[in-house]
Amino acid sequence: MSARTAWSGIVRSPLGITALCLMTLVTLAAIFAPVIWGAQAELVNPAAISQGPSAAHLLGTDALGRDVLARVLVATRLSVVLAVIAVIIGVVAGTLLGTAPSVLPRWLGRPIVGFVNIAVAFPGLLLALFFAVIFGVGSTGAVLAIGFAMAPQFARLTQTLSAAIAGRDFIDAARVAGVSRFRILIRHILPNVGEPLIVNATVAAGSALLAFAGLSFLGLGVQVPEYDWGRLLGEGLNRIYLNPAAALGPAVAVVIAGLAFNLLGETAAAALGGRSGRRRHRLPAIALPGAAQPVSADDDAPVLLVDDLRVSFPTPSGWVTPVRGVSFTVSRGEAIGVVGESGSGKSLTALAAARLIERPGHVAAARLDFCGTPLLTTSDRAVRSLLGTSLAMVFQDPMTSFNPTRRIGSQLAEAASEHQDVTRKQAMDRAIERLQSVRVPAAARRARQYPHEFSGGMRQRAMIAMGLMNHPRLIIADEPTTALDVTVQRQVLQLLAGVRRDTDAAILLISHDIAVVAQTCDRVLVMYAGRIVEDLPAATLHTGARHPYTRALLEVVPELDADRSEPLKMIPGRPPAPSAFPAGCAYAARCPLATELCRETDPELVADTEGHRVACWHPVSGEAAVPVTIATSAEIVTAAEIATAAEIVTAAEIATAAEAAPTMDEEETVRR
Amino acid sequence: MSELRFDRVSVRYGTHRAGLTAVDDVSLTVPSGSVVGLVGESGSGKSTLARAAIGLAPISEGSIALDGVDVRSFRRRRPIQMVFQDPFSSLDPRMTIGESIAEALPRGIRGATARRAEVARLLDLVSLDADRAQSLPAALSGGQRQRIALARALAARPEVVIADEITSALDVSVQGSVLNLVRELRGELDLTMLFISHNLSVVRYLSDHIAVMYLGRIVEFGPTEQVLADPQHPYTRDLLQAAPTRHGNLLAVDPLAPVDVEPADPHAPPSGCRFHPRCPIGPAARPDRQLCVIAEPPLPTGAAGAACHFAGLPADAPIGTVPVSQSIPLVSAATTTPTPLSADTVN
Repeated sequence: MSARTAWSGIVRSPLGITALCLMTLVTLAAIFAPVIWGAQAELVNPAAISQGPSAAHLLGTDALGRDVLARVLVATRLSVVLAVIAVIIGVVAGTLLGTAPSVLPRWLGRPIVGFVNIAVAFPGLLLALFFAVIFGVGSTGAVLAIGFAMAPQFARLTQTLSAAIAGRDFIDAARVAGVSRFRILIRHILPNVGEPLIVNATVAAGSALLAFAGLSFLGLGVQVPEYDWGRLLGEGLNRIYLNPAAALGPAVAVVIAGLAFNLLGETAAAALGGRSGRRRHRLPAIALPGAAQPVSADDDAPVLLVDDLRVSFPTPSGWVTPVRGVSFTVSRGEAIGVVGESGSGKSLTALAAARLIERPGHVAAARLDFCGTPLLTTSDRAVRSLLGTSLAMVFQDPMTSFNPTRRIGSQLAEAASEHQDVTRKQAMDRAIERLQSVRVPAAARRARQYPHEFSGGMRQRAMIAMGLMNHPRLIIADEPTTALDVTVQRQVLQLLAGVRRDTDAAILLISHDIAVVAQTCDRVLVMYAGRIVEDLPAATLHTGARHPYTRALLEVVPELDADRSEPLKMIPGRPPAPSAFPAGCAYAARCPLATELCRETDPELVADTEGHRVACWHPVSGEAAVPVTIATSAEIVTAAEIATAAEIVTAAEIATAAEAAPTMDEEETVRR
Repeated sequence: MSELRFDRVSVRYGTHRAGLTAVDDVSLTVPSGSVVGLVGESGSGKSTLARAAIGLAPISEGSIALDGVDVRSFRRRRPIQMVFQDPFSSLDPRMTIGESIAEALPRGIRGATARRAEVARLLDLVSLDADRAQSLPAALSGGQRQRIALARALAARPEVVIADEITSALDVSVQGSVLNLVRELRGELDLTMLFISHNLSVVRYLSDHIAVMYLGRIVEFGPTEQVLADPQHPYTRDLLQAAPTRHGNLLAVDPLAPVDVEPADPHAPPSGCRFHPRCPIGPAARPDRQLCVIAEPPLPTGAAGAACHFAGLPADAPIGTVPVSQSIPLVSAATTTPTPLSADTVN
């Protein structure tokens, strides 16, 4: 459904409409023109030789008195057909050459790759002229010439695309299953490289058309008595001062047909490449930010104050809001953990706080203050300098957060010289000092190395060091240890804790692992479907969590001392997609305690006890049985997992039917 | 019977000089009907070992045999199947899941009806509706895709299944369902499995035995309960301590831990015991233990053991102590590189 909307969106864009109109025009002319004007175009009229434009002959007549307009229209068929045949030859030969190395044995494949590499470097038109000499002058020769001249380009394209596909696991899986190389090529590689090939072939048809016009114009293409646009152009050009229209007619035809093919290719590329359509949707009504606050970096103000934050993105079917009404405060030196499943909006919340949501994404909030400065109403420049010096970001994949072509040291130094008045030498010295402070061994030497020379853990350290180049008040760490091994993860977490202790910076740690967050943060925010569902001190997480979702998250962490004979606990179902958030509590579909009230009305995040907020109609009290669904039979697992937002009631019924008795482990926790 | 035996397997990439030894002299047996868990950090060679068994990595030395038959001799029939880590990459996005599974079916099953019925049976086996066979992978969640990948591996009627980090790309909330399924299938089909993961608490759930890998070598092997309750190798202990669990404390700094050192470079592994630069009971913490720098500890053989000169010895043992049980093989290992220092230490 979404693919179809994307298509219609693109087809309805100005580019798409133009492409379709032009293509229809060219196709109709190619099919019907010879039938309608064929006789007229061949009609030799000695009475009207070489006339200029007139009412009877709009583009005049040629040396034999034939109507030029009719000849241009009739020539459409030959011109287009020749171009298309040439492209087919090029694509087929190119695909064969490009895929042969992956099927043939190595000793045969390598020379083919080498041959293609050399052929690609050879100018296409020169190759065509060369082939035209071999195959002889005439349309057959020209078609073969242009077709084979295109082949290397397609061979290279196929090679590159299939190399990308061949690295995917499903190719390995097919090989392990004993599927033959040839079958892998036909079943797996070709269907996955087809789309870009077709797009390129369409664009290439436009070029082939031009190439034909060129060859025929030079007299190497179509021969008398046949004629195509290139030939007509050549004839018209001889008399351009007498009758310019006779040359302009075929020229315009070539341009229109060329444009038609190219624009069609562009449209197809846009649709297949997933670029969004040009349709505009109105944003749903969102509370406007309050009156502008005075700009000042206030030391007493909380480091980050977020009130009713919403992040929206346009999709072809309207705006979706993956973060809806998030409110929290980060005080000075505080470590706050944000946990939730993938898609809960935790990363978007952090990106919005760092002003990193790019257009067309839209951020709105009642308040979004960083150190007392409202981020949404202050000028971009002021915000950039404030965030540049006081905010540090650490991302999940440090490989992509460094520029791979520059040395680590100079990238760190740049972070300082950008916002502070320091010399290059000073900045470099500080970079080395900061690398030492995050315990990168041999810091002076490592500062001269490139990012790829660092291991994952070391890169993450360098990233933290980069944040420390200025004096951050807040470090946002977005899944900083997800890509790391447990031993390295522990080192990075210890480092973050040390930085916080030494610099008094607050930390916002985003993680999907509640065990990590529980041990490293003061306070934990649990997010689900774009909302905070619980906000509580980390110390009471295991004993005092009141939201059934928080309890479930805690329960599913596999423990080293859990009973191995029991099946692992899990949360049935999956979180709703941002485009299909239900009206009531988003967790109701998976919650064993859900009632009619939960499915109808979304609970507010309200204060429970001191420093504890929870959004639930039926919060679990510390002494009560822990209501986690322990799905024991496979049937329940499946039914619940398949359940989507539309099947809320069924899923919830199944979930309630399942056992909800506490295990030994849970009782222990409660007692403690 | 379907016993998978790795016998002194090495996997080398590149030329001899600029090469990388991803797996170095590994011997491991997966007995018929049992599950062996293989743990280690990234770059330890655990995935390479698995890929060597299914023919996706070259075996430079040694052999891998299934019931005594070299795995390199398998052509059409593939009795060892693998479930890959990333369910978003391991299914062809252009093929319906029914087609993906059918592709792996043995050629003996002929006719469209028979094959469809078999696909339905496999989907049922992994607790998915049979009418899901028509959907494309894009319509499925990560957990469901991993079930499909499992069904595809089982379609080939394998004797051994290798599971390579099958839950590390999944949310913790659905991880349990996939692991429970593997456990149920294991009981139902009497599967022989090599289960690879970096997460000890996941491995322990499924495995009868655990093998711990570090820099291409197996450093500890033994029955699951024994390895977890009484880890002999300092690296195993480190892994256990670093696992984020309810009762652990990630921020507590181990007083014995050596100052942070960089992970070793697999292109130039450290001399002697490969773990020695990071070892909390090795030469970095105990200057008297130069033996670790010089001599490679003997690899674990038999039912349980650890490749450590000082395995099971308390870290604060008096200087010069050498475990009696290990002193004899140590001398022979040390004689290959005779230096005064090693002699002193052994004496």
